[in-house]
Amino acid sequence: MSDARAAILARLRAASTDNPLPTLDTAVLERRRWSPTERVKRLRRGMEAVHTEFLEARTEDWPEVLGAFCEREGIKTLLYGPGTEAGRRLAAVMAVTATALRPYDAPVETFKDELFQAVDAGFTTTLGGVAETGGLLVAPGPQEPRLLSLVPPVHLALLRASAIHDTLWSAIRSLGWDQAPPPNALMISGPSKTADIEQTLAYGVHGPRRLIVILVHDLPGTPA
Amino acid sequence: MPGESDMNEGGPSGRFAPSASPLVHPHGVTERSPATPSGPSFRASAAKALGDAQLRANFRRAMDGLMTKRSAQFPDPGDLQALRDLGTAVRTRSLLRLPELLEQLEASCTRNGIQVHWAETCDQANALILGLLKARGATRLVKGKSMVSEEMHLNAFLESHGIESLESDLGEYIIQLDHETPSHIIMPAIHKNKGQIAQQFSQKIKDAAYTEDVDELTALARKVLRQKFLEADAGLSGVNFAVAETGTLCLVENEGNGRMSTHVPPLHIAVMGLEKVVARLEDVAPLYALLTRSATGQPATTYLNLISGPRAKDEMDGPREIHLVILDNGRSRIYGDPQLQATLRCIRCGACMNHCPVYTRVGGHAYEAVYPGPIGKILTPQIEGVGLRHDLIHGSSLCGACSEVCPVEIPIPDILVRLRREATHADAASAVAGQGTGRTTSEDLAWRAWAAVLKRPRLYRLSAWFATRFRQFIPGGLPLLKAWTLSRTTPLPAPRSLQERIRKEGMPRV
Repeated sequence: MSDARAAILARLRAASTDNPLPTLDTAVLERRRWSPTERVKRLRRGMEAVHTEFLEARTEDWPEVLGAFCEREGIKTLLYGPGTEAGRRLAAVMAVTATALRPYDAPVETFKDELFQAVDAGFTTTLGGVAETGGLLVAPGPQEPRLLSLVPPVHLALLRASAIHDTLWSAIRSLGWDQAPPPNALMISGPSKTADIEQTLAYGVHGPRRLIVILVHDLPGTPA
Repeated sequence: MPGESDMNEGGPSGRFAPSASPLVHPHGVTERSPATPSGPSFRASAAKALGDAQLRANFRRAMDGLMTKRSAQFPDPGDLQALRDLGTAVRTRSLLRLPELLEQLEASCTRNGIQVHWAETCDQANALILGLLKARGATRLVKGKSMVSEEMHLNAFLESHGIESLESDLGEYIIQLDHETPSHIIMPAIHKNKGQIAQQFSQKIKDAAYTEDVDELTALARKVLRQKFLEADAGLSGVNFAVAETGTLCLVENEGNGRMSTHVPPLHIAVMGLEKVVARLEDVAPLYALLTRSATGQPATTYLNLISGPRAKDEMDGPREIHLVILDNGRSRIYGDPQLQATLRCIRCGACMNHCPVYTRVGGHAYEAVYPGPIGKILTPQIEGVGLRHDLIHGSSLCGACSEVCPVEIPIPDILVRLRREATHADAASAVAGQGTGRTTSEDLAWRAWAAVLKRPRLYRLSAWFATRFRQFIPGGLPLLKAWTLSRTTPLPAPRSLQERIRKEGMPRV
């Protein structure tokens, strides 16, 4: 197909001009700035509007908050990445609850059926959030695989209040994604949804039916 | 070059003869024969759609809802304009640097482990994809929503080669069950109501009970499709934006079927039109903000999925291979025309459809084209040639609602007027095929007569005298006039012409 490549590029080059490039005025993005507490409020408002649920927690007790939620909701199997600091803390606490922790530490091919049929929830950390529209920034990888936040019917995500960015634009820049993005990066604003039938919103179409954010209030001076 | 058309956005550019201007050209009075024998007739299918009360109700409700939701997302007109200006600049810059950016995209993707392929035509792209699937023994493909794959008629092609090609976007799944095409680029099944879908599911999904409950219908599809994701050998997706600098494919979606299709099967094939490239990842942010708000009135979709590489050695999941197919299919030809190039700025939000008085009344299927609505009216004739689709370019009142809401300010009415002119005049310099084929003898004669009268003052005055004195007696059934009077009252000339009144009464002082 290199012929196609050469032919296409030749046509495009023949039509190219040296017209000056229009300038990019990003002021409209730059002026979207809020205080840290306002960022938390905006993110919650945006995400709650699309059915995301929030659990309040502190740095020292979030694993217990998550464990209590799983017990309350009857979550029997929770899939997680055992290699992260958060994963280790979770394992220590969940050992004493009725929820079985299932580590995602082998290639998906070894347990694909189980992943699709026998896991009740998946737990991931996040790199932060986006205040403007409400959303979580998630970068799956070796420690927290890509399907962990997608296949289980409930997605539990850990978010630190101090890691919420103003906009997607500022997040892309400050996380360095514009230089070297991870192999997969996501912004997630809520549980999977569709409006394809008569524009009626229905949640849980292909991905998680519920998105639960464990919000860790770690801003200096904020009451827990 | 697009900069030139930007500056001309207010009106038709100087290359038009005055007669092509909609203000001078009484386009409704012409008699237009149906499209050339081999081309579909928009006039006929639109008339049929107008008679379907259920279809009209389905579209009216949906489009009203979408317009309201969009405007609620843009409360500040100043911010909206600033964002549109930025989005337009990002797209214009990308197009100005297109060959360079495509090469950079290829290099970045290759570096990331994404294999890049080029296709000049849909046939080439289809053969390429079939080759990739066959080489890996893949027989079951799940698809995320992709308009380019619709353009390629990929499903039919793969099915004819014994490969199951299953749409997994709920709307696409619904229409695939009935062997239909999308009636809207964002909401493909918008022409159906839940009663029709309930009927369809109960007949076509095994063991499905009849229900009109939208949650239950969605759950039914979820159950069927999750099994399909699990079993699929390959997944196919479109691309909303491809980032040259980082080699990133951006997918925008709500359902999660895009993530499922791209991350569960071992092979991911992405298809994109060559215009989808942008320079930097941060360029995606304003385009994404415009896209989600313009399309469905959402500040953000559920997922923005940025894919920059297949499964790494130490990863547990993700596709083992990613292939990107870059399709031309006429785009490089469009690119060569300074005015038409603006068409390639499109980010496929569908806002022009949602706000179009014609689309709202006839729905997407009447266009008999992959891309319906205003953007389809300019894109389809550019790809397929103006000859086959010249009645499509006349199915517009040129009201301008489309360009007013377009997030990247594509001057759709200007391009329509340009295409109308080319349908009846041959212009060797143009990139559009089939020029001049829309010319009809009756229209030609009418314009010749018109010109003859206007060039002769005495003849003009005589005609005006007759038209005003015998105005009641002008037969509405005259060959060309009939097209107008079929559904409107016969236009009645004034009792006296303006010239006559000025001669008699003098100029009033104002």
